[in-house]
Amino acid sequence: MTLYVLCFVLFLVGLYGIMTKRDLVKIILSSGIMGYACNLMLVLFGYRRGAVYPILEKGKEAAAMVDPLPQALVLTSIVIELGVTALLAALAIRLFQKYRTYDIAKIRRLAG
Amino acid sequence: MITPYFVIIPLFAAFLIPLVSRRRDIWAALLSLAAVASLLVLSGYAFFGLSGETLVYRMSAWKLPIGINLVLDALSSFMLMMVSLIALTSLVYSFKYIRHLGADWRYYSLFMVLVAGMNGVLVTGDLFNLFVFMEIALLAALALVAYGGRAHEFEASFKYAVMASISASLILLAIAVVYGATSSLGLATIAQSLGQKSPLIVLWVGGLFMAGFGLKSAAMPFHAWLPDAHSSAPAPISAMLSGVLIKTLGVYVLIRLFYNVMGAPPLFLQVFLVLGAVSIILGNILAVGQWDFKRLLAYSSIGQIGYILLAMGLDSTLGMAGAVYHMINHAVFKSLLFYNAGALETALGTRDLREMGNVSKLLPVTSQTSMIASLSISGIPPFNGFFSKLVIIIAAVQAGQPVFALAAVVGSLFTMAAFMKVQRYGLRGGRPVENLVGKIDGGMKTAMLILAALCLVTSLLIVPGIKEATIDPVVKVIMAKTQYALVVLGK
Repeated sequence: MTLYVLCFVLFLVGLYGIMTKRDLVKIILSSGIMGYACNLMLVLFGYRRGAVYPILEKGKEAAAMVDPLPQALVLTSIVIELGVTALLAALAIRLFQKYRTYDIAKIRRLAG
Repeated sequence: MITPYFVIIPLFAAFLIPLVSRRRDIWAALLSLAAVASLLVLSGYAFFGLSGETLVYRMSAWKLPIGINLVLDALSSFMLMMVSLIALTSLVYSFKYIRHLGADWRYYSLFMVLVAGMNGVLVTGDLFNLFVFMEIALLAALALVAYGGRAHEFEASFKYAVMASISASLILLAIAVVYGATSSLGLATIAQSLGQKSPLIVLWVGGLFMAGFGLKSAAMPFHAWLPDAHSSAPAPISAMLSGVLIKTLGVYVLIRLFYNVMGAPPLFLQVFLVLGAVSIILGNILAVGQWDFKRLLAYSSIGQIGYILLAMGLDSTLGMAGAVYHMINHAVFKSLLFYNAGALETALGTRDLREMGNVSKLLPVTSQTSMIASLSISGIPPFNGFFSKLVIIIAAVQAGQPVFALAAVVGSLFTMAAFMKVQRYGLRGGRPVENLVGKIDGGMKTAMLILAALCLVTSLLIVPGIKEATIDPVVKVIMAKTQYALVVLGK
């Protein structure tokens, strides 16, 4: 249970970062932290205490295995996050080229 | 089996476009037009040919608890038809319009990826699959918002991207909780087992999904990204975003999850009602205060989404009919208004209503179609907006929610005020405009005329004989609630 709570705390850390930080790079990092928390949570849901990896080898008894599906999901979601992070970084670079700053308080052409 | 082709055709076109178009974008445009036209034909065939049946396609022939399936029922095919329709007019509109932002194939390629992502969300019957298609659509949308390459477009795109990543994380967390509780990801199998779990889990899952997809559909407390993103994008993309993207990624998924999977829990229906009422009132009031035409339209989109959410919260057949009807109506008239805004921006070089004047002599098509769209959105009788709002208000009164009916009426008055302002300052102001900076070409005019005609045609959907054939099967799928699982699993 503690692990799940810690995972959720990590998620909230990321959310806090996105809400309060004013630096574009820190915002990108915070969104990454949120993603890690989600991935960790998925893997945790597939974890079984004392279980082995889910491959049945020759000469090995079928024992309790961890759930392989969340691991597959996490791989997919990591790839998606890579795409989103790359896009965010590209946008941040273009914004820097236009405004010469990473501070969102100074990048304020759009009101509201 | 036609179901996978809704994803295959646009995705194939997206990757074929870079190959066939080296210098000239004419092939890219023709190819994407052909793809979207065939999608429109397919979805029309699916909607009218299936007549309320449900097609289930098992990917790689794996049965449901193990494999991923695609589900094509009346609700999906109705939404698919809406997406293809708006995408088709949007492509017709952008043929010349997009050239001033740089004539190349990248726009068409991204556009087809956007369509593929949205169609994928609509046909999938698997929760994680839905998440992946949603991200595909969003990445394309983000790139298209920044397509013009000006500073404020990057800014809007960045804001949108951050919001999208928050909502994606919330949704992924919800998927993790669902998987932890039910050990399955198919919507149908979840629908069967989630009901027996403890109410606390349903509360968690519902709350996370509500926040995640609420962000996508830009209901009022989650709306901050929408006015920037929708007003900064090129006009045909604004029409796609406001017309169909927030409905497929936001409203459609909310309907599917909260009605067909979770069986319409009363607590969340109450949340829908409140979110809807707040969005209607505040969205429309904020719209009245805007001077930038496209920002005004974006705020008004929040208000109109509010009507759909409110009608979803009523949990009555009539209310759901109103929601479905308003969804197609809003897609038609809001896209038309964004086309008008794009045409005015091209012709006058400004989006500020104060700098516009009387253009009814110089731009007859734009000014007439914008009049039709404004009348539709404000709910003036012969046009479609009137009927859907009337259905929603009647449904709210019948469901014993007079306060929410009043909110809908008040919101409608503010909508009318906002669009009277558009007409008074923007298109029929006192000062006539003498010279135009740009020309409106045939493609833009055609797109506007098609949608203006549709504003009148869709008002026929309320006529009893036609309503039974179009809106009722969709409502039947939604109001069957968790019967969806039995249909999909084939029991």
